[in-house]
Amino acid sequence: MKLEWLAYGGRHLHAPDPAAPALAVSELSVGYRGHDKPVLSSVSFTLPVGSRLALVGANGSGKSTLLKTIAGLLPIRVGTISVFGLKVRACHHRTSYLPQRDEINWDFPVSVERFVLAGRFVHCGWLTQPDADDHEVVAATLRELDIADIAKTPIGQLSGGQQQRTMLARSLAQGSDLLLLDEPLNAVDSATRALVGALLDRLQREGKSMIVSTHDVGTHDQPFDGVLTLDHGSVRVGAA
Amino acid sequence: MMMLGECPLGLCGSWLLEPWAMGFMRAGLAASLLAGLSCALLGVYVVFRRLAFAGEAMSHTTLPGMVIAQMYGASLAVGALASNVLTAAGISLLSSGASRRRGVREDAAIGVVFTGMFALGVILMSFGGSWGDFVHLLFGNILSVAPSDLWFMVCAACAIVVTLIALHKELELSSYDTHYADLIGIGSSRLRLVILTLVALAVVSGVQVVGVILTSALLITPAATAAMFARRLVPMMALSVVISWTAIVAGLYLSYYGSFPPGASIVALSSVLFVGAWFWRKVAG
Repeated sequence: MKLEWLAYGGRHLHAPDPAAPALAVSELSVGYRGHDKPVLSSVSFTLPVGSRLALVGANGSGKSTLLKTIAGLLPIRVGTISVFGLKVRACHHRTSYLPQRDEINWDFPVSVERFVLAGRFVHCGWLTQPDADDHEVVAATLRELDIADIAKTPIGQLSGGQQQRTMLARSLAQGSDLLLLDEPLNAVDSATRALVGALLDRLQREGKSMIVSTHDVGTHDQPFDGVLTLDHGSVRVGAA
Repeated sequence: MMMLGECPLGLCGSWLLEPWAMGFMRAGLAASLLAGLSCALLGVYVVFRRLAFAGEAMSHTTLPGMVIAQMYGASLAVGALASNVLTAAGISLLSSGASRRRGVREDAAIGVVFTGMFALGVILMSFGGSWGDFVHLLFGNILSVAPSDLWFMVCAACAIVVTLIALHKELELSSYDTHYADLIGIGSSRLRLVILTLVALAVVSGVQVVGVILTSALLITPAATAAMFARRLVPMMALSVVISWTAIVAGLYLSYYGSFPPGASIVALSSVLFVGAWFWRKVAG
């Protein structure tokens, strides 16, 4: 962080608890405003540091809702969530969230490079521009995701697989410790699938923690440390 | 041999310069260029954040405030701004959480408030004397812009340019990914409010130039034209301003020599540029 007082949300300085798990969810209940019935109820699980969890469930089971709540995008109705021992959103740069593709306005006139550079904004804060180091991180990330050749391409001209790589590149450029990936392999080609798999392996080896939501864990050719199954708003934890 | 100060093309002092010999035309040009700058810059955000309806509504809802301001001899800009504040409060109230449960979506709330405020403005016009006294509010009259309104336009343009530069990366990010903007603590709804406030300032500038009915064209048409050519945000904004200023200058010539209303001439030329660009893109692929 360049100037602490310019940090977004003003909460950048909180240090994580070294003994805490990456994520601890306890008796979580989440619902949307105007709806009495919760989407998630009594959800509890723990994600140790450096582990990879598959989040499985049918459409509408609450996978995206759970990830958004952990990311601090939806309010908690009942229960608690702690991220590295801190409250949700206590330290913005430690958590990254990869949304589903249809949640991005792909018509907006920005290039792939600029899109990925947004992953560094959390380290800049208000009134500060990304510096040479930030641009170097972006360049390296683009190379790793094999999209350096489309760096100047407007995001509106990308294929589905390129969109997915671009969003993942932004999460990677952020340098977060907890990655929340909402269906990162949905409708992508086999090359993208292999590249993302290798990337997640590398991140896990580096001690990053992640939750990867998917319709069906059987379609993944990647190792998961556990499977979290959502069914009608409640959760079941099992081995991969 | 050419004399010092003589135009090399032989045009100086003739039809190109003639309109600007008059003070009211120069003031009108300055007002138009300022309003064009404000609207064209923000227009890119309005187009890509899909706020065209909100922009249209904001221009129409300035009417009651401007009518009251004219009746009491106050600044039209202040009256228009007061109207926009009331409009924003009304939309916010109708589309707040409690009301949304009863089915009042934000676009519906904008539609209700926009038409209601415009109707109120028309009714107020019937109280204020001759209908003709207020026609310039509907269609603009840049040739009689008051100095206080010109100063308002200068301040509005400065505020818009400074804010767009200072918050460039945050406004850009929140325009295409509200979730990520919220995740890192930027607060997309806060920035939406900033954009809407800036649009209100631009609209208040614009209504003095082309009137309540045509202002959304200043906001949307140059930006939509620029979007056909530029692929990145900042060049698109620059091109949008160039297109807007081209239409303004050409529109004022058309108005001067053709005796057409200046506001309508500017908007008509903006539309011609848009259609020309659209055909050119079609032909050029």
